[in-house]
Amino acid sequence: MQIVLKNVLLINPVQNLNSKLSLLIEDGIIKKIGDLSEAEIKNSEVIDCDGKIASPGLFDMHVHLREPGREDEETVETGSNAAASGGFTGIACMPNTSPDIDSAETVRFIIEKSKNHLVDVYPVGAATLGRKGEALSPINELFEAGIVAVSDDGVAIKTASILRNVLEYCGMFDLPVIEHCEDPTLANGAMNEGVNSTLLGLHGIPTVAEDLIVMRDIIMAEFTGSRVHIAHISSAKSVEMVREAKKKGIKVTAEVAPHHFTFTDDQIKSYDTNYKMNPPLRTKTDLDEIIKGLKDGTIDCIASDHAPHSIEEKEMEFIYAPNGILGLETQLGIALSELVHKKVLTIEQLIEKLSINPRKILNLPVPKFEVGEAVNLTIIDPDFVWTVDHSQFKSKSKNSPYDKRLLTGKSVAVINNKKMYMNGKFSNI
Amino acid sequence: MPLSSRHLLGLNGVPREDIELILDTAITFREVLDRPIKKVPTLQGKTIVNLFYENSTRTRISFELAQKRLSADTVNFSTSTSSTKKGETFKDTVRNIEAMKLDMIVVRHESAGVPLYLTRISAANIINAGDGLHEHPTQALLDMYSIKERLGKIEGLKVCIVGDVAHSRVALSNIFGLKTMGAQVSVCGPATMIPLGIEKLGVKVYHDINKAISENDVLNVLRIQLERNAGSNIPSTREYHNYYGVTSERIANYNKDIVILHPGPINRGVEISSEVADGPYQVILDQVTNGVAVRMAVLYLLGTMH
Repeated sequence: MQIVLKNVLLINPVQNLNSKLSLLIEDGIIKKIGDLSEAEIKNSEVIDCDGKIASPGLFDMHVHLREPGREDEETVETGSNAAASGGFTGIACMPNTSPDIDSAETVRFIIEKSKNHLVDVYPVGAATLGRKGEALSPINELFEAGIVAVSDDGVAIKTASILRNVLEYCGMFDLPVIEHCEDPTLANGAMNEGVNSTLLGLHGIPTVAEDLIVMRDIIMAEFTGSRVHIAHISSAKSVEMVREAKKKGIKVTAEVAPHHFTFTDDQIKSYDTNYKMNPPLRTKTDLDEIIKGLKDGTIDCIASDHAPHSIEEKEMEFIYAPNGILGLETQLGIALSELVHKKVLTIEQLIEKLSINPRKILNLPVPKFEVGEAVNLTIIDPDFVWTVDHSQFKSKSKNSPYDKRLLTGKSVAVINNKKMYMNGKFSNI
Repeated sequence: MPLSSRHLLGLNGVPREDIELILDTAITFREVLDRPIKKVPTLQGKTIVNLFYENSTRTRISFELAQKRLSADTVNFSTSTSSTKKGETFKDTVRNIEAMKLDMIVVRHESAGVPLYLTRISAANIINAGDGLHEHPTQALLDMYSIKERLGKIEGLKVCIVGDVAHSRVALSNIFGLKTMGAQVSVCGPATMIPLGIEKLGVKVYHDINKAISENDVLNVLRIQLERNAGSNIPSTREYHNYYGVTSERIANYNKDIVILHPGPINRGVEISSEVADGPYQVILDQVTNGVAVRMAVLYLLGTMH
């Protein structure tokens, strides 16, 4: 099947590409870039892309798929559908499933489940067995089975000695260690600690709970020479430490979730549990430093921390409600609205953070717009104005604080693995 | 003139006129409590549920008595006798109770925000009887009533809240209410018991109890929760008593005119000495009596709103 993307603005920072061209796709392969003949257009399904951008397929490196274990909240399939709907052609899924992703069987199970889907799913293995922080997972086996990183996400790797071993071991495969940075002894709270937690009568989690582990991890990354990736960074001081560490050449990277550059803990005043996540929403000071870190490159990528929860679990008394919100289907719209349209990032910088950098961190190839290459792209309408409606989500869950929010910018279509997702439907191409 | 809200969720943002109306109304009900027949028909036909998800003796009894003295029909629900232990969600419990047709809910819960949440899922008037570390508005109202009863006013007074302010809903409601009423509010305790950002509420912080006693008109002494604090927030109850305990020596040395409040239950020999707890400075038992009158006022004002 032939498809023509007519007059699309092709942007790929790794190719220094930013040109309005037409793209001819045949059987999932790029056949021609540039001016197309009448005949080529006539025999193709033509998608008029005037005003739209084609980017290398977007990639979300922090997703919770809930399978195996909580298939009532999300499965590999529904999470992948949500990814496609949100403009993503690839995701990395976190290991805090039940059982945890700490065996090669579970890695293979997830990869098997994701086969034949448009969206590529790359499991992240548990760093330690059961994410308990006591014994190393069979990291070499997991690596051979297809993991792209390790993490004890949900918690930080428990002790410095285990962290050291995980880093040294992962160094052999150049596997990044993704850290949920939080000192558990300081983290018995339901929101950020500060004047708002005092006002609202909720136990707080101070930013130092994050900062201490970020500091430990940076020091350990320097000591071992291995790579640490800071997940969902939320504190100003942590951003500053990552910036300094990068200057020294320490192998540390960082991601931020959209809610941490969109909201502050002022939102908790409604006690709406859709604003309860971990790390918690912080203050304006933290948000400003995150924006600065996004601008200056301290923060490498944007990742959703997509965390589906059932309605009955999320709609609970605030202190009992689980942490986390959906993100896959709103992330691009939020990032375009809050970062590109507000002139924090250029569209090229956003594509780096939503497509190029996560793939680089996970040692995955970056799709290129070149003749002969397999098509892996996202078509973005940066100016499309829409209202989030959680009843339209492809995800199995609904827990989103963005419901009813007006956003500017949306994915129009994604193409990958000889499949296209457009107008709510998948098709083979 | 009615109250500006049909719920009492806290004192944060409650206008001064509302607080004055409640305190003035309470004077009438306080007088009822001294009659031989301590009952008025004001809330006859109204059904009130006391929804207590946390242990409470005095607050629950105080509310229940207030309801009975207003002739309301009352039902008590506490977690030990509820279906929560069977795994029913809070929302389902509330919907079930609501289906039995009720007018008001008095709620105590260990999670902050539950009273606000109740206003979204129930049509009843909601009264907060304590939510997490957040607010306990009727306690602060009865504290203010008792201060006014003893000193004739609240405006211009200096009131210091002593103890574990960081883990106290009484402290927060007192701060909001007293400030609205024109008092100067301060807190006193070791740094581990003072919450982050409290100064931003316009509250002075003391770490010296003697200074707090000498510079204030009223001390509201909070209960030190033995099980929660010893060994983590404070080294020991002995050390706390030595440095922060309100004793008759301290009062004699620093301020003989001070008025002592305590929301109870008292830990004698920890935050307050027996001599002070039973002495002439305190209004602790008056607070308990006034609590019934203030709760009657709140129930009456909310229950008769249209």
